[in-house]
Amino acid sequence: MLYIKCPHCGMRSQNEFSYGGDASVKRPELNKEISDQEWDNFVYNRKSLRGKHWELWQHLSGCRQWIKVQRDTATHEIFNTLKAEEEIN
Amino acid sequence: MSQEFRLKDIGLIKRNKKISFKFNGKKYQGYEGDTLASALLANGVHLVGRSFKYHRPRGFFGAGADEPYAVVQLYRDGETEPNIKATEQELFEGLEAKSVNCWPSVNFDIGAINNILKIFLPAGFYYKTFMWPKSFWYKVYEPFIRKAAGLGVASTKHDKERYEHKYEYCDLLIAGSGPSGLSSAYAAAKNGAKVILAEDKSRFGGSLLTSDVNIGNQSGKNWAEKIIAELKDMPNVIVKNRSQIFGYYDHNMLVMSEKISDHLPKTKKYHPNKKLWYIRAKEVLISSGSIERPIVFGNNDTPGVMLSSAAKEYMKVYGVLVGKKPLVFTNNDSGYETAIEFKKNGIDPIVLDSRENPASEIVDEAKNLGLNIKFSYVVVAAKGYKKVKSADIALISKDKKKLGKIENINCDCICVSGFWTPTIHLASQSGNKTKFDDNIDAFIPGKSKQNETTLGAANGVFSLKETLKTSFEAGNNLSKKITNIENKVSIPNIVEKKYSKHDKFWCVPLPKGKNYKRFLDFQNDVSVSDIELALREGYRSIEHVKRYTTLGMATDQGKTSNLNGLQLVSDIENKVVPSVGHTTFRPPYTPISIGAIVGREIGKHSKPTRKSPMHSWHEKNNAIFVDAGVWLRPRYYKKGDENLFEASKREAKNVRTNVGVCDVTTLGKIDIKGPDAAEFLNRVYTNAWLKLPVGKARYGVMLREDGIVMDDGTTTRISENHYHMTTTTAQAANVLSHLEYYLQLVWPELNVNVVSTTEQWAGAAIAGPNSRNLLKKLFPNNDVSNENLPFMGFMEGDLFGVKTRIFRISFSGELAYELNVESDYGKFMWEKIVELGEEFKIQPYGTEALSTLRIEMGHVAGSELDGRTIPYDNALEGLVSKKKDFIGKRSLQRLAFVAKDRQRIVGVVPIDKKTNIPEGSHLVKDAKASLPNKKLGHISASCWSVEYDNPFSLAILKDGKNMIGEKLFVMSPLKNKIIPVEIVSSHYVDPKGERVRS
Ligand SMILES: [Zn+2]
Repeated sequence: MLYIKCPHCGMRSQNEFSYGGDASVKRPELNKEISDQEWDNFVYNRKSLRGKHWELWQHLSGCRQWIKVQRDTATHEIFNTLKAEEEIN
Repeated sequence: MSQEFRLKDIGLIKRNKKISFKFNGKKYQGYEGDTLASALLANGVHLVGRSFKYHRPRGFFGAGADEPYAVVQLYRDGETEPNIKATEQELFEGLEAKSVNCWPSVNFDIGAINNILKIFLPAGFYYKTFMWPKSFWYKVYEPFIRKAAGLGVASTKHDKERYEHKYEYCDLLIAGSGPSGLSSAYAAAKNGAKVILAEDKSRFGGSLLTSDVNIGNQSGKNWAEKIIAELKDMPNVIVKNRSQIFGYYDHNMLVMSEKISDHLPKTKKYHPNKKLWYIRAKEVLISSGSIERPIVFGNNDTPGVMLSSAAKEYMKVYGVLVGKKPLVFTNNDSGYETAIEFKKNGIDPIVLDSRENPASEIVDEAKNLGLNIKFSYVVVAAKGYKKVKSADIALISKDKKKLGKIENINCDCICVSGFWTPTIHLASQSGNKTKFDDNIDAFIPGKSKQNETTLGAANGVFSLKETLKTSFEAGNNLSKKITNIENKVSIPNIVEKKYSKHDKFWCVPLPKGKNYKRFLDFQNDVSVSDIELALREGYRSIEHVKRYTTLGMATDQGKTSNLNGLQLVSDIENKVVPSVGHTTFRPPYTPISIGAIVGREIGKHSKPTRKSPMHSWHEKNNAIFVDAGVWLRPRYYKKGDENLFEASKREAKNVRTNVGVCDVTTLGKIDIKGPDAAEFLNRVYTNAWLKLPVGKARYGVMLREDGIVMDDGTTTRISENHYHMTTTTAQAANVLSHLEYYLQLVWPELNVNVVSTTEQWAGAAIAGPNSRNLLKKLFPNNDVSNENLPFMGFMEGDLFGVKTRIFRISFSGELAYELNVESDYGKFMWEKIVELGEEFKIQPYGTEALSTLRIEMGHVAGSELDGRTIPYDNALEGLVSKKKDFIGKRSLQRLAFVAKDRQRIVGVVPIDKKTNIPEGSHLVKDAKASLPNKKLGHISASCWSVEYDNPFSLAILKDGKNMIGEKLFVMSPLKNKIIPVEIVSSHYVDPKGERVRS
């Protein structure tokens, strides 16, 4: 079971969180004309990366905040966690 | 029967406490402190079971978790448990056990015919033999395999035992209480670290219980006792015996199974049977020791052949002789320890040492004691069927390829020592890439992956002095980094024997003209010839060889067989072991009860049960409840001997004619506040929300980004910046997360807060033509007229002093209201409704009637909003705004979603107006078409229409828009039904929606 540092609450076990997918995906702006391809990329197309990956988790049974977690998808090593409003760099 | 193999004064058992037990129906006696294995051996019982494949007789091979043979069915306190290792099961008064894998009995086992027919059961026999002919599979092969296979019988009764889970955090978790574990635990504890020390056996001390060493001027065993006693007294230390750390998971999470009651005749009141510990450790010290390796020779699976270390343990711990004419067969010094122990107990062993002329302290000691030692000798084959009677032995050439003349010598047991294999399972599970150590011919941990350190024999260090030194150091260094305290303890003086080199020899060649089975995996009956066959057939990867032959795949996970299998593959392939590689170790290290894994989360404990504030009223009024998510909801209220169908029909009918009341507390409720709340709702829902006036409710549909309907419900504008959203019972939690996602990540600029208020409000729906008349009685101080509270209106009312939210919304299609009061007033509200509703013939209605009412009206619910439908499919496209953007809108342009013949909701009525239509049935054009018959749609919900008094269903049907009036067939192969039906509008009752506005 992963041990995730919630930027709001500290170290918590994985069973308090729920997974939310790739954190680098940006929702297209509202009312913007976009191609089918762009929309598909947003809704469906995800890279299945091996290695470092920024992803979203929600601290569901804790502070209910969505957070960004940088995790190695192969080893589960966690390098960094950020609050929702903090930019990935 | 007397314990004729019990020694007089040796061992750690309690001789003043006699215990009787039964094995295969026969009564025996042992002592407290025995295992089932040691007690049976004390009584001279060696035959305990039959092997998995060939049903060859099986005895005892080890004395602990590595045991591959002695798996029994245990009976305890009226329950039975399979897959129990006799070597681990402690004896208790009244214990009963039986052999597995044999029928009709262990002495006469019909399955042993496999042994004679073994030509039919070579490697890969699952894949080859039983393939053909196909018709034989069900009638012949499968029943035969089912009868023959398996390691016992699982109980079909409810498990009455209780299992608990516990979460724990510590600085150092130490696996194993041998010399290494004790030293590191002691050093770390002295530095103030929070330490957990786990020992899988009942006694602490590991190898110190059986080795002949001296630590700090006392015996190893006494030193261990002293350290354990000190550790137990320290408040920062948890010391646990009978506790197996069986899994090393991510981020230094380890799981330990503590057996609390297995050694007792029955579990004490309020005690669990087992406790599963989830331990998050800052540092993990693996001091799990090592397991002796067998040497492979002919018929090496005969009862009486066992590990020499086990024979020694039976003598020193249990005071039991495994034989009176022992043969010790060794390739290293360890076998001599066993031989000397025999000698000390008045038994003269014969020692066969594959080495030519080893020079070592212990060999000299054995010679001085006058032991009969034959160098360069090997056991070629064990003789005897149900028990070793003699052994064929021979000289072996220096290159270990040629055997001399075969001699036969009498013996009643063969104690084998093929050197030691470090127990690296936990390190490997942690992700440590283990490496092959040429000095010990075994794998040891490599670079640590997580915060794990392997010490002592588990790390391939067999010298006690070295082990204690490194373990004290590791315990001290790791703990002081955490606690910043150092109270260094000095390492005690150690006296131990020096050991000479072992012989790189592991398999005795077959003598000319002989075809003995030489077993590698004793539990799965994998022999040398099976591996050879697999390699001849082209299997190369060790992972493939393992699966093809099943080597190491039994419940003992190849603890005694893996390395010899690898050696064999590398020999045949002319490779070195490291390049062959080894298979992956996976948790659990030993079998763990399913009950322990499940813990307390069974039955009603598997999830919380939520009850509405009106629950006790429902109970008193004969409600039959149904699970709705985590809630319990009344399904119907039983009157007399009504069944579900009759009761729900009565309740629904009463709503249509008079008035009914339904508990709707379970609906998800989300409070939404903030200056941007309207804009937020406008983005979340498909319809327009910016112009909803205060005091009005609106029905809304929300989509996922992929265009699929996520949920529906009404949301009410309570005040300028305050909304009350309702969701379906099932989606309440998902919708909240969904809203939080968009507010926190996508549109953080919106000033809106959301919070769940589901449990804060009790809800009651009042529906039916009489509902306004009832409302007037309930709120005498408020104007609830159609003008003042029109359809989709909202107001606050005064329910005899209780502030009430009144929503004029309808799920039933009737004139209806929903009342919300703070939860604590829920029962008051409900009782007032029932009391004042009496004159209007009010009746409570449950979820079944609720469904009937909504189905007749064509209102969609969870069975239509099933994660596969878009607004159009549910006839909700009128709610999709063309003007504004919202979540999921762009997806609605997808080709499949705009297809002309897109699926759509319809009504379905059986032509005979009688036959009930099973939910989930398929709709087809032609009931007699050949298979696969093309499916046009499915029945999503069915009811008995109280309006028309005939069955009615909703269906999602391809091109549903143009199918009204068509005649189709409903097919339910599950219920074996074919029903001719007519497709009608989904709005079966009141299609213009006049009633709700009346
Ligand atoms: Zn948190």
